[in-house]
Amino acid sequence: MRRLIRWLVFLGLIGLAVFWWITRPNFADADVVAGLTGDVERGERIFYAGGCASCHAAPDAEGEDKLKLGGGLEFVTAFGTFFAPNISPHENGIAGWSALDLVNAMKHGVSPDGQHYFPAFPYTSYAKAEVADIVDLKAYLDTLEPVAVANLEHEVGFPFNIRRSLGGWKFLFLKVDWVVETEDEMVMKGRYLVEGLGHCSDCHTSRNPLGGLDLGNWLAGGPNPDGKGSIPNITPHESGIAAWSEADIAEYLNSGFTPEFDVAGGSMTDVVANTGQLTPEDRAAIAAYLKAVPALERVK
Amino acid sequence: MTFRTKLGAVAVILSTGFAGAAMAQDVGKAVEARQSLMQLYAHYLGTLGGMAKGDMDYDAAKAQAAADSLLAMMTADQSNMWPQGSDTEALGDKTAALPAIWTTYPAIADKGKAAAEAAAALASAAGTDLASLQAAMGGVGASCGACHKDFRQKR
Repeated sequence: MRRLIRWLVFLGLIGLAVFWWITRPNFADADVVAGLTGDVERGERIFYAGGCASCHAAPDAEGEDKLKLGGGLEFVTAFGTFFAPNISPHENGIAGWSALDLVNAMKHGVSPDGQHYFPAFPYTSYAKAEVADIVDLKAYLDTLEPVAVANLEHEVGFPFNIRRSLGGWKFLFLKVDWVVETEDEMVMKGRYLVEGLGHCSDCHTSRNPLGGLDLGNWLAGGPNPDGKGSIPNITPHESGIAAWSEADIAEYLNSGFTPEFDVAGGSMTDVVANTGQLTPEDRAAIAAYLKAVPALERVK
Repeated sequence: MTFRTKLGAVAVILSTGFAGAAMAQDVGKAVEARQSLMQLYAHYLGTLGGMAKGDMDYDAAKAQAAADSLLAMMTADQSNMWPQGSDTEALGDKTAALPAIWTTYPAIADKGKAAAEAAAALASAAGTDLASLQAAMGGVGASCGACHKDFRQKR
């Protein structure tokens, strides 16, 4: 009996050690940013490609106010309610952050003090971003207006309120491999924008019960992760956008007009406000990628 | 009518058209009328967008005619098209017009004015050259989207 208890304690300790090891925060090596200087103009493109303002501007902000990134937007999800934080260059935001801090936040989902972020922040996509692009983005963010808004606490239930457990979530679901294999240069450029910065899959791909992306249904739509309704299939399947030409997709991302000249509604309105700021070449690359992904039946 | 007075007229129309109650059959007609108007927008945008994305050859005269017509449609009198009781709550699937149109009034009038301004900008650019047309499409799309985001039911 005593022997059995000893064994159980031993196995328990091993289990704890494994848990501790798996859930520890991962940081980038400090030298990944060595020799890189942020370029504000290039950073502006990254800002629009990443769609930062859609979540981090004040709810319902329009025009110039979209560049005041005080946060506050609410996301009601199956896991709890999340509030977008302040990422303006104010002490309530990211004023004290280095470029490396932003790299760690976007690529590893960890805060400067080593806390895991909730994946409402789409670091599973941003993880595919180039470090140099994030350094440029940081330079651009630093030029924006400081906003004094204080961050709101997320309202999350057990077990997700234990931040450490998110390390386990990342272990399972934070994958940096490309989903779509391609040799085509244009498709590769689009892939970087769609799978990486644009974080399209965060809405357009359905999730498993733990909130991990269902990679087998890549971009095939599904239930809205944040509110009512459903998200469209954007694969080239007849239940998706098979009928759209690359020119149709590019124009939609420019002006919001569909091939029928209806217009983007819902949260895509904000997305188009960002993609409309990209170059025609970037939009054409996104269109080329979306035509190259596997055609899949729409997920209900 | 000059563009400025047209815009003024839009503001007046949008600010007086939302109070009146209407008979049931009038509500149906009003919904039909406003949906037809939206289809007319789409008709002219089809020409302009077709050129913008390269599906159609750019033709300055055709682009100008379509943009002028779009502006005329977007500044047409809508005062009897939006009676009380013609929202999704009252009519279900027959309309996508959310109650917020009436409960947050006059927010929609401001957005309507912004859309008319964007259409005017498109009308002054469409006949110049293809690049000007392409650049002006974004403003029109954004103003249409701004209204649909707040006031049209998601499908």
